[in-house]
Amino acid sequence: METVLYAIVLLPLLASAIAGLAGPWVGRAGAHWVTILAVGISFGLSLWVLYGLVWGGLEPVEFTAYTWLSVGDLGLEIGFLVDRLTALLMVTVTFVALMVHIYTIGYMHDDPGYQRFFSYIALFTFAMLTLVMANNLLQLFFAWEAVGLVSYLLIGFWFTRESAIFANLKAFLVNRVGDLGLLLGIAVLAGAFGTLHYGELFAAVQADPERTVSLFAATEWRLATVAGLLIFVGCMGKSAQVPLHVWLPDSMEGPTPISALIHAATMVTAGIFLVARLSPLFEHSTVALTVVLIVGALTAFSMGLIGLVQNDIKRVIAYSTLSQLGYMVAALGVSAYAAGVFHLFTHAFFKALLFLAAGSVIIALHHEQDMRRMGGLAKYMPVTYATMLLATLALIGAPGFSGFFSKDAIIEAVAHTSGPWASLAYWLLLLGVFVTALYSFRMLFLVFHGRERLDEHARAHLHESPLVVTVPLVLLAVPSVFIALFTFGPVVMGDFLHTDGAIRVLAEDTGLQYLAAHYHGVLGFMGHALQTPTLYLALAGVLVAWLLYLGRPQLRAPLTAPLRPLQRVLEHGYGFDWLFIRGFTGGGRAFARLLARFGERWLIDGALVNGMARSIGRIAAGARYSQTGLLYHYAFVMVLGLLLLITLFVLRTLFA
Amino acid sequence: MFEGWLLSLLIWLPILGGAWVLAIGQRSLGAVRGAAVVVASVAFLLAVALWLAFEPAGGMQLMEQRDWVPSLGIQYYLGVDGISMPLVVLTAFATLLVVIAGCSDAIHYRVAQYMGAFLIMEGLMIGVFVALDAILFYVFWEAMLVPMFLLIGIWGGANRIYATIKFFLYTFLGSVLMLIAFLYMRLEAGSFSVLDFHDLSLGLDVQVPIFLALLAAFAVKVPMWPVHTWLPDAHTEAPTGGSVILAAVTLKMGAYGFLRYALPIVPEASAQLAWLVIAVSLIAIVYIGLVAIAQTDMKRLIAYSSIAHMGFATLGFFVVFQAGLGAAAGEGALTAMTGGYVQLISHGFISAALFLCVGVLYDRMHTRDIAAYGGVVNRMPAFGALFVLFALANAGLPGTSGFVGELLVILGSYQASFWYAALAGLTLIVGAAYSLWLVKRVVFGPVANEEVDGLRDLDRRELALLGVLAVLVIGLGIYPQALVTVAEPALVELLDDVSAALTAAR
Repeated sequence: METVLYAIVLLPLLASAIAGLAGPWVGRAGAHWVTILAVGISFGLSLWVLYGLVWGGLEPVEFTAYTWLSVGDLGLEIGFLVDRLTALLMVTVTFVALMVHIYTIGYMHDDPGYQRFFSYIALFTFAMLTLVMANNLLQLFFAWEAVGLVSYLLIGFWFTRESAIFANLKAFLVNRVGDLGLLLGIAVLAGAFGTLHYGELFAAVQADPERTVSLFAATEWRLATVAGLLIFVGCMGKSAQVPLHVWLPDSMEGPTPISALIHAATMVTAGIFLVARLSPLFEHSTVALTVVLIVGALTAFSMGLIGLVQNDIKRVIAYSTLSQLGYMVAALGVSAYAAGVFHLFTHAFFKALLFLAAGSVIIALHHEQDMRRMGGLAKYMPVTYATMLLATLALIGAPGFSGFFSKDAIIEAVAHTSGPWASLAYWLLLLGVFVTALYSFRMLFLVFHGRERLDEHARAHLHESPLVVTVPLVLLAVPSVFIALFTFGPVVMGDFLHTDGAIRVLAEDTGLQYLAAHYHGVLGFMGHALQTPTLYLALAGVLVAWLLYLGRPQLRAPLTAPLRPLQRVLEHGYGFDWLFIRGFTGGGRAFARLLARFGERWLIDGALVNGMARSIGRIAAGARYSQTGLLYHYAFVMVLGLLLLITLFVLRTLFA
Repeated sequence: MFEGWLLSLLIWLPILGGAWVLAIGQRSLGAVRGAAVVVASVAFLLAVALWLAFEPAGGMQLMEQRDWVPSLGIQYYLGVDGISMPLVVLTAFATLLVVIAGCSDAIHYRVAQYMGAFLIMEGLMIGVFVALDAILFYVFWEAMLVPMFLLIGIWGGANRIYATIKFFLYTFLGSVLMLIAFLYMRLEAGSFSVLDFHDLSLGLDVQVPIFLALLAAFAVKVPMWPVHTWLPDAHTEAPTGGSVILAAVTLKMGAYGFLRYALPIVPEASAQLAWLVIAVSLIAIVYIGLVAIAQTDMKRLIAYSSIAHMGFATLGFFVVFQAGLGAAAGEGALTAMTGGYVQLISHGFISAALFLCVGVLYDRMHTRDIAAYGGVVNRMPAFGALFVLFALANAGLPGTSGFVGELLVILGSYQASFWYAALAGLTLIVGAAYSLWLVKRVVFGPVANEEVDGLRDLDRRELALLGVLAVLVIGLGIYPQALVTVAEPALVELLDDVSAALTAAR
């Protein structure tokens, strides 16, 4: 078993090294074959592991690879824990990664950095697998930063573009803000319990949940709250929650395959995985969970709204990702970890599909991303259109599609949670459904329907993408539509994630538990949806989109005119970018310059050092004619020192 | 076999070798380079032999003790423990690097003197780390200034005279006070043996002035805020090799001084004034990090980054007094101390690599101005990849050596105060900002100008040097235990002694 797990993790790393370091020797085909083979085997083995855990009677596997560092009693190890939660993510990660690898053959066909790209995405697969398979927080942090690194490298993949290398720096720095939170959270836990091993940590928290730490001199804070909030800051960075979301839209500067893999399906969901994995900790802090809920719900609604005013096809999907991440985080906030993880799972398929389909459009139009110069593409690109339509239906939660089950479970779980914050979150999430349907179908209509707004040159060369592109689309469409039908019951409503202790819920009356108690199969759940506003709000969103963008476009101007101010606010992303770039970055740089100029050059160097040097220079002025003046100083001070010492000796012998 | 005088060999072989290289003089460039590489390689092999001969346990090993000036109680007394041994190996390694790097045509003026200076300096620096007699230590400490002074003064940049004056004044003034402290302790202990110094139990009233005198010497060398401003000037004016040695080894002498002299000899004063060192260390991490962001000269930027990183070492060494010193092992003190120590070695690798990288660019374009670059990776892909790696290591990326020390110091500091950890943790953001912004402006982007367009990628020597450093940076990042195993017993012993002394005083 250990060998299998090692193979799953290390094969992509090995392939990455081959494609990256031996790129010129293995050639383009060599690079994609070796990485696809490696990730393919990882996928197959992951599937086998998941099968074993669910049906094969396999117990969760845990083992230590090696001791990274041990200081005193603090042993920091590299080790693996594979239970159902991990196995589910391993399958998701390797499957989407495999699709993206294949797709890349078509998408990056003409790129001079072909081998480098394959090397990066295989490296990413390795890092992401290490993240979900860790059995301790240290290794998680390693992988956490490693996926961030690959994200940095891939956003800046086209490194001659000024916008790309701006975006990747921004992404790295904003993520580092989150990482600081996570690292401090780790410090709090290590400080309190002397271990970072999940099992030991959870046992320790369980043993003494009321434990406190003192942050300010006199005040005591609940340890679970402090650690939970700090760790959640890490989640906010990686999973792009307001206000640390600002890097994700800009990350679209990277090639589309990685937008699908890293910035939609896997890496950005690492924060959700983290909180779910640490559920035994978060469960002990109502404060932390409430913050999680509010941040998630705010992100879900506010970021969806921005999606309405975007014209770049990738940015629409990026804001959609932000919004959906908000849904997942909100689920965590009401202890519906299973629902959050399940939305992560279904979202990985349909969002990766949306991105890859968008990429298919983008290459067909020779890297055109502005939807105002698209339209009517459905008849030129039937496969792309059909798959994108399916993904969109999954996204807006059309009954029966995978996204329907996962999102409805979240909304219902929040609905059945009591408390003022839960009510607020419920309304935000509910309105988010309308917004989601509106921006999704706006995009679909602008791209595939209506008048063709392409230029002649683009139209002349327009055709469906090659098989390496469309086959992954179709393969992703299958789970996007069907996967929930047979997984929803056991994973969300059943105790798939609970029996082996992967996720722990303390309360007995959570919204999700209520739902589970009243659950009667997928058909019953779909029937129940007819009685909730969710379905009708989604329908309304589709209708409004149809009305404004296909049916009666002449209504658009008069209807949206009064909303102009709101539109401007949305176009500026609520001013977060302004705050970060002008405020923090600009302010920080100005402050740094100020310190360098006054603190360093004027105060320390000018007043203290050179002032002193000048006085010494004056003392020794007579000796400065010869070139050896400096050595003279040396000798001079040495003699002075010796004199002082001899004096000391003499004085001591006299008075001893 | 030769273990009885291995340490002496490590000191005197490079010094005599350096003299030999000087004697070859200008006769033949090839002979000078060859001789220098041979001497540095043999010295490095000796250092490897030292690593192998070393037993990872507490206490001094491989000691040599002979009378030198019996009338004054000065001995020729050498020995290593887990603290000094890795630093000796680092010194030999760094010298080998700069000697090989110095074989390029960038150094064409007085090559024999250049190589000789490095080799002699190597012996002197090793002497600093292995001397167990305070006067011997002081002699090495001061003597190594001379070759460094000459290196900057002769092979340095345009503003080198200003830099050398500054370097000289700062470091010399600090060490005079240290000498006075040594002489006082000689009166108390009856010899200049460091081990005898360790056994002294001085009153707090005496400890404080001694601590301050030692602090003056070591703080300047580290360098700590606010006595750091000599370093950016020295670095910018020094030739590449000088910068590498300065950053990789010379700065470590100050940190080593704290571990060998300040903490064990005057533990009470160290405990009393720990707040001071902690405060200036945190200032170094945050304030100096911010100052680094504003630099427009690559070498100045890396120099400031060095100061910030050394702040982690001093923070780790002194936060022990507030982080559960004397409590069970596994508490913060040992973690922080180990972190500070790992940071020393890691910074040796990373700063050496970064200065070599700047040297590679400087040799081609003859400017250190960041604005003169842009899009270097288009013409130098191998260089670009390595430079990005080292910049990320400098930003403390997990998996590189830069992360290990920072992590442990932050974990340890947390035991003293959450806010220490939070402030030190700001380096995650600030360090990434100056490191990666540098990368963005120099490495990435479109080809900025014709000079950049004409750049050629690394030659085989440069690739080998940077490649070896990359392996070490990653190796120490994935398996730091290799270093910790060696150093930990000595660090534990040090902490035990300090805590015993504090308990006794209470």
